Amino acid sequence: MPKPMVKPGAVIDGYTIGECVHAGGMATLWTVTHAGIDARLLMKIPRASEGEDPAAIVSFEMEMMILPRLTGPHVPHCYGTGDFAHQAYAVIERISGTTLYKRLPDLPLPYGEVRLLVAKIATALADLHRQNVIHHDIKPSSIMFRDNGEAVLIDFGLSHHNHLPDLMQAEFRLPYGTAPYMAPERLLGVRDDPRSDLFSLGVLLYFFTTGERPFGEGETLRAMRRRLWRDPYPPRALRSDYPPWLQEVVLRCLEIEPDWRYPTAAQLAFDLTHPDQVKLTARAERMKRDPLSVAWRRRFNPDVKPSGARSDLATQIAMSPIVTVALDTAEGAPELNESLRVTTERILATLPSARLACVNVLKLNRIAVDKTLDEQGSNKHIDRLVALRHWATPLKLDESRLSVHVLEAVDPAAALLEFAEVNQVDHVIIGARQGSFRRTLLGSVSAKVAAEATCTVTVVRPPRMAADAGEADADEAAG
Amino acid sequence: MLLAVFSDIHGNRQAFEACLKVARAKGAERFVMLGDFVGYGADPEWVVDTAMELVAQGAVAVRGNHDQAVNSSSETMNNEAQIAIEWTRGRLDIAQRRFLAELPMLVEDGDRLFVHSEASHPQRWHYIRSTADAAKSLISTPAHVTFCGHIHRPALYSMSVTAKMTGLVPKTDISMPLLRGRQWLAVLGAVGQPRDGDPSAAFVLFDTTSCQITYCRAPYDVASAANRIRENGLPHWLADRLSEGR
Repeated sequence: MPKPMVKPGAVIDGYTIGECVHAGGMATLWTVTHAGIDARLLMKIPRASEGEDPAAIVSFEMEMMILPRLTGPHVPHCYGTGDFAHQAYAVIERISGTTLYKRLPDLPLPYGEVRLLVAKIATALADLHRQNVIHHDIKPSSIMFRDNGEAVLIDFGLSHHNHLPDLMQAEFRLPYGTAPYMAPERLLGVRDDPRSDLFSLGVLLYFFTTGERPFGEGETLRAMRRRLWRDPYPPRALRSDYPPWLQEVVLRCLEIEPDWRYPTAAQLAFDLTHPDQVKLTARAERMKRDPLSVAWRRRFNPDVKPSGARSDLATQIAMSPIVTVALDTAEGAPELNESLRVTTERILATLPSARLACVNVLKLNRIAVDKTLDEQGSNKHIDRLVALRHWATPLKLDESRLSVHVLEAVDPAAALLEFAEVNQVDHVIIGARQGSFRRTLLGSVSAKVAAEATCTVTVVRPPRMAADAGEADADEAAG
Repeated sequence: MLLAVFSDIHGNRQAFEACLKVARAKGAERFVMLGDFVGYGADPEWVVDTAMELVAQGAVAVRGNHDQAVNSSSETMNNEAQIAIEWTRGRLDIAQRRFLAELPMLVEDGDRLFVHSEASHPQRWHYIRSTADAAKSLISTPAHVTFCGHIHRPALYSMSVTAKMTGLVPKTDISMPLLRGRQWLAVLGAVGQPRDGDPSAAFVLFDTTSCQITYCRAPYDVASAANRIRENGLPHWLADRLSEGR
């Protein structure tokens, strides 16, 4: 079939070709313009002629299926695709700036900077996973940043979409991807576990903070397979000032068994956003790799090999929500706090991978100068943290699943809504306003939170209130 | 154009009515029926009459093994299917039986192919159980998309130009693009006797312009359909299995 020439000035389906801005192994990228589209556009054209790598065609087919389905700020917007019957292409939004690859000469970067970078990437990944896509090629050259700082993931040629045929799975017996970043289970043919992306992001986090790749650059299958049984050197062995909390996060991402990693990208982003809340385990203290006896047991005992995903992507994410309970420990009625605990317990009982963030708002006065110390001279902020932990103790949650936060704000409802938004909270549990405790700090904000939150909100009342709920509560119950 | 494709209606009036209603509400402009209009269910007359009307209005219909068995005793079937077919034969008039007898084995419609079982040997009524079965069917036709039923369990297969296969159990109500660069085999679940664990009636919508396929389910009054089977003295298992989708 005759194919139009791709060259500057040529027109394909109304898109006028500009200059070639990138020529990679799998595809070329051209600037294009289109009457009626007021945006900077790129046309991606696969290398699909005879003699080219067949993977280029199949991975482009995957991109053509996936790109038009993606939405939101963390992916390039797709304007159109053309298939192989005529001229295969995908027209996408051109993101300004460069990929993270350009930062490689500057490594290692300061810990604080990497923490923020990777938290943004984890947020973008969480958004992608929620859209049923596993990226499978997370590495510096697949990541860009918008001017507002939000991370954008690009290149979906190796991706897996939970609702679509996995063309890559069928096509190639060897795993396709970028060797240093590839999760161990990928080497066993597992392509439906979103935690593979968390492993790759862990490699990036390790690399950007130490300047070393945790599993080297080995491209051979034998070199790659070592990660199925050999753990990397702990970052603290490479840099003595490496923060223990950061090592905890890195090594959790790099666990060989996916079950031992973070259950979701949103939970990883949460830890990176709240380093003081990271529960330190033996991982944080490690100064050496596992003894050879342990590594060999992994190597020669097939039972400890990664087992891969046991349920589909949406189910895995749904099983691992971030739940926030808003508590008024200072002035809240004890019976309301007890009801909140019963409700929280019920919600968590069915969700073994959920994590719970207990939040209290320390209300600031709009005009008066606030003092951190109360009348007795003790620190209000710390008192509240202690009270939150005390409230959560009967839940008997593993420390790694629990965090406590005191927000300081003039408007408690706005503070809670912002906390939920920034931390990708899936479910807020909050006490209702109580007739006899009208001034209760959080109680008065439940209606606003229920009305304006973008996630599920459960409004809790103590048992006796259900019987004698006043008018003010009746309309609130609708939220 | 939006096609609605139905397969294995099997005399289940309640299920077929529900599917037609949903398909029309979703904007289906043309209907395709992939055979097995009768057998198992207790309303073969209504189903065949409805199919005849739809065909008169431009719908496509092909023959299934149960449709063939109504007019020929040489088709081998399991005991319950045989009882149901003999019962059905007594219910249909000459015009209805002739309609079933004259159905084509397969219909080519542009770059689409419609067939009951599979495309390589339609008269042998082979089931598509695996990517290997799907490959045999796909190799035998140049069609971009082949639609078939017969197995009562939905699946979607593709074959690349280098004959690499993919297989997938489609999720309900998710539209998928059937890329031009490869061939596709869309296996439909059953309207009248689903066997994939979901008792609701299965059908497919296909947009011929965008090449997007959507596997749909229509819940229907299973109890009524099952009661009709029992009232008419057909084997009880044929009624029981409807509520289980097995």
